[in-house]
This record gives sequence, structure tokens and C-alpha cells, in this order.
Amino acid sequence: MKRLMARLNSWDFVRQLRRNRMALLGLTIVLVFLMAALLAPYVAPRDPLQRSLRQALNGPSWDAPFGRDELGRDILSRVIYGARISLTIGLVSVGIGALIGIPLGAVSGYFGGVLDLLMQRLVDIMLAFPGILLAIIVVSTLGIGLTNAMIAVGIGTIPTYIRLVRGSVLSIKEYDYISAARALGASELRIVFRHVLPNCMGPIVVQSTLQFATAILWAAGLGFLGLGAQRPTPEWGAMLANSRLYIRVAPHATAFPGLAILLSVLGFNLFGDGLRDALDPRLRGSL
Amino acid sequence: MAWYIVRRVLLVLPTLLGVSIAVFAMVRLIPGDPALAMAGPHATPEYVRQVRLDLGLDEPLHIQYGRFMAGLIRGDLGRSSRTRRPVAAELWDRFPNTVELTLASMFVATLFGIPAGIISATKRYSIFDSLTMLIALLGVSMPVFWLGLMLMLLFSVTLGWLPSVGRGTLLHLVLPAVTLGASSMAFVARITRSSMLEVLRQDYVTTARAKGLREGWVIYRHALKNALIPVVTVMGLQLGILLGGAVLTETVFAWPGVGRLMVDSIGARDYAVVQGAVLLLAVAFVLVNLLVDLTYGFLDPRIKYT
Repeated sequence: MKRLMARLNSWDFVRQLRRNRMALLGLTIVLVFLMAALLAPYVAPRDPLQRSLRQALNGPSWDAPFGRDELGRDILSRVIYGARISLTIGLVSVGIGALIGIPLGAVSGYFGGVLDLLMQRLVDIMLAFPGILLAIIVVSTLGIGLTNAMIAVGIGTIPTYIRLVRGSVLSIKEYDYISAARALGASELRIVFRHVLPNCMGPIVVQSTLQFATAILWAAGLGFLGLGAQRPTPEWGAMLANSRLYIRVAPHATAFPGLAILLSVLGFNLFGDGLRDALDPRLRGSL
Repeated sequence: MAWYIVRRVLLVLPTLLGVSIAVFAMVRLIPGDPALAMAGPHATPEYVRQVRLDLGLDEPLHIQYGRFMAGLIRGDLGRSSRTRRPVAAELWDRFPNTVELTLASMFVATLFGIPAGIISATKRYSIFDSLTMLIALLGVSMPVFWLGLMLMLLFSVTLGWLPSVGRGTLLHLVLPAVTLGASSMAFVARITRSSMLEVLRQDYVTTARAKGLREGWVIYRHALKNALIPVVTVMGLQLGILLGGAVLTETVFAWPGVGRLMVDSIGARDYAVVQGAVLLLAVAFVLVNLLVDLTYGFLDPRIKYT
């Protein structure tokens, strides 16, 4: 362990990150949710789907610290299982966005020309649908449901990746070592994927962390609108959509799933900001 | 300058054309049989055939698109399958409400965001600064629909000060506007702070201070003017984002706007209305961004139009 820490410390950015208390707080929150997701069957006190109508809408107690929902299900257990769903959503959507967006952005920035022009117009069109709207459109086409919501959120993140990677590639491709690789006879595609892209990894990692937060937020939004996860899936957004009907008599049923969304999103945002500061010394201290 | 405006306006045209294609494609890309999806699972085969004919789905795509565009130019977006009213009329009834909500939340965001940012920057590392930045951080991580529900719980259910749902008096506007404006407020505060810090480091600010001007004068007369340029850009972009975010807020507060109409229509498979609402919100967003770009030039004469 000690040797591992020493080794990690030899990287400047890890040192920076360890000095940033907010980033560490973010990482801690993220890890707590990750553990909850991985160990859900062991840490959740009950089955998240098990009903107990007699205990419907009961407030928080020793028996059920977050209280019960409208069907008497244990909210704590549902929030814990919800972490699984939300983190999966984040992983799948960021994966879709990155897998499609990064190569498109790299090719667009590196080769330029007509291809770049077309790609940028395409991005303009995608960005013409503000925020969650693009995801809503995709869901209304593909159909309502959790899987489609993940795909929709993933598609919604593609333009951000294209823009980001294109920008990085544009600056990197001017460096001498790229000319050197070309002089050695490397093929253009090899240059893009072996020499240019690895050097864009910093911004990509930062963006992915922040995008994870956005993905959780959007997917919860879709769930809340009834366009994402359907009942009885313990997805945080969908839980809110059901419990809001009982907000007057059982505010706890609305409070806890929302807090889970807020905290997990906050965790990824804090960690992402910290990563950015650590990876890009120029930004240190600003914003 | 004139040339820049013309160029910028012309650049919007391909985007708008692309938006129209995307909205047109939305319905046609439904997996399986779009007519079947639109008619619903319990529809008779005759009804499905009728829907297909009504929408012209049996014709070649380019002819369908031609019809679609011709309709758009005449302001004809088809009819709602739920109410049988023209889609344009449905949208026209609700769009002013969405605009009202969006502008009100922009107002809230500006009213609190800019002063908070200024004070944070001038009193850097003070308790106020830390507190503002903490709230700003929470603001950008907050699920807007949950914030709405919590505000509703506090101010209408518990305290009984404000109405919880619907539209009518100015009081009805308060909760939705604060809810929708919260994340923009956080964003505006963060940008104002960092931009102000940047400007306060400039030589001319030091000069102004060296002349013996009062600190308040330096900040408001010398620093603020330049610090606000990036803030205005961000606010413009936020205006568009608010337009999109209105979908969630309108659902929470039963606000009769375009966003809520769109969500309801998705549930009811009323695709003509969904298409119309998406188109309207996207076009409004593109036009707002265009306006922001143009205003930017007037605000900052240093920008060269090349």
C-alpha cells in the first residue's frame, strides 16, 4: 500500500488531487455510491420490490431509516438499488457518447476539410436541441423505457465529445512529433489513434467525469417524466414521479431519492472539477 | 459589421434546415411500423391504415419531406390526434406561458447571480464567498424537478405562502421561476466571480486604485463593465438552456407551457404535437443564440468581425 501511494505520488496530478479537499470529498461520495451499487444485495436491509401495504407511507423509523413508500416498500433499500441503476446509466451513456464522439471528433479535427465541415454542421444541429430535449426526442422515437433512456442520454452526449476532442486534436496535430511520426512513414490513421488521441486523454477523462454527472441527472429527469425507467424499477427519478403524489402526507418519500440524485451528481462534479485542476495546471485556482 | 450579421444569419440556415430534417425523421425512425406505434397497441388494422394514409407514410421519403416543409412554410404542422385541433394553435396557446416562465427565471438568475458573483470576487475567500460558491455548486448539481418539489413542500404545503401548481397570478410564477432559474443563477454567479477576479487583476484597475479612487467606484465604474461581457454571453446561452429545462419545471408545477404539452403528447403518442413542440423549442433556441452572438458584437467593440 505504501509503495503504491509513493508510486502514485510520483505523478504530479495525483499529488495535486490529494491536496484538493473538494475533489477528495467528491471522490469519497462517488466511492460510497459505487460501493452501494456493487454491494446492494448485502447492504440493503430489504428487497427493494417487497411490498407491505400496511406500512405504506410510514415515516422514517429505526426499522426503515428512510421510511416507506406508497406501497410500503423500504425506501432505503430502493435508494441503494437505485445507485446500481444510476451508475449503470452513467456508464452506458458516457460509454456511448465517448465511443462514438471521440473517434468522430478526432477524425474531424485531424483531417479537416469537407468532412470536418459536415461534422460540425451535424454537431450544430444536435446542439440546437438544448439540454435534455435531445434525449427526450430520442426516447420518443425509440420508445419509452430504461434501455432507450440510456441510449438517448448517450446520444445526447456525443456532440460534447466531438467538440472537445476536435479542439484538442486541432492543437496537438501542429506539434513536431506528429510531423516526425509522418516522416517515419506512419499511416494517417495510426498517427491519429496512436499519437494524437492519447495526448487528448486529460480533457477526455475530465469531460467523462462531468458527463457522468449530467447523465445521472438527465436519466433521472427522463424517469421523472415517465419516459425512462418504469415502475416498479427502483430508479431515483421514477421514484420521485410516484412519490410526489403523496408529498403532502409523506414528504420523506420524495426527499430521499432526490437527495441521492443530488449527492451523486455533486460527487461526480466535485471530482471532475478537481481532476481538471490537477490535469490542467493553467486552470488552477480559476472558477 | 453588416457583413458579419449577414454571414451569421446565413450560417443559421443550414442548422434550421437540419433541425427540420431531424424533426421530420423523428417519427419516421420509430422502430417497426411508425403508423402502428402512432395508432397505439389496441388500434384496429383499418385505423392503422388510416393513420398511415393521413400522414402520407406510404409515399416516398422525399415527397413526404416536401409536404412537411410546404406545411411548415404555411405554418401548418398537422393536427393533434388527441384534440383534433391544429398543432400550431395548440402551440400558440402555450408558447407565451413558456416564454413567461423562461424570462422570469432568467430575471431571478440575474437578480441574485450577478451581485452574488461580484461580492464573492471582491471579498474572495470570505465566508460569504465560500457560502456562495457552495450554493452555486449545489445549484448545478441539483435535479431541477426535485428542487421544485422541495420548494413546493416548504413554501406551499408547510408555510402556505405560495400557490403550488398552475398559472394565474404573479404569485404562481414565483416557485417555478426560482426552480428553473436556480441552476442558471449558480452558473451566472460562478462566471461573474471568475470574470470579475480576472478583471480585478488588470493594470487599469491598479491604476484606478492608485489614483486614489474609492474601492466601490473602481469596482462598479471600472471593473464591472468589462467583467460583465462574458456574463452576458453566458446568460444568453442560459436563456436557451432554460427553454429546454422548462420541460421538467412545467411538469412539476403543472405549468401550461410547451414543455408539458410535449411530455403529455409523448405519453399519448400524439406525434404531430411532439414534433411541433420540439421544432418550436429548437428554433427558439437557435434564434436566441443568434441574437446573443449579434449582441456580443455591440457590447465588446474589441471583437473583430472577420
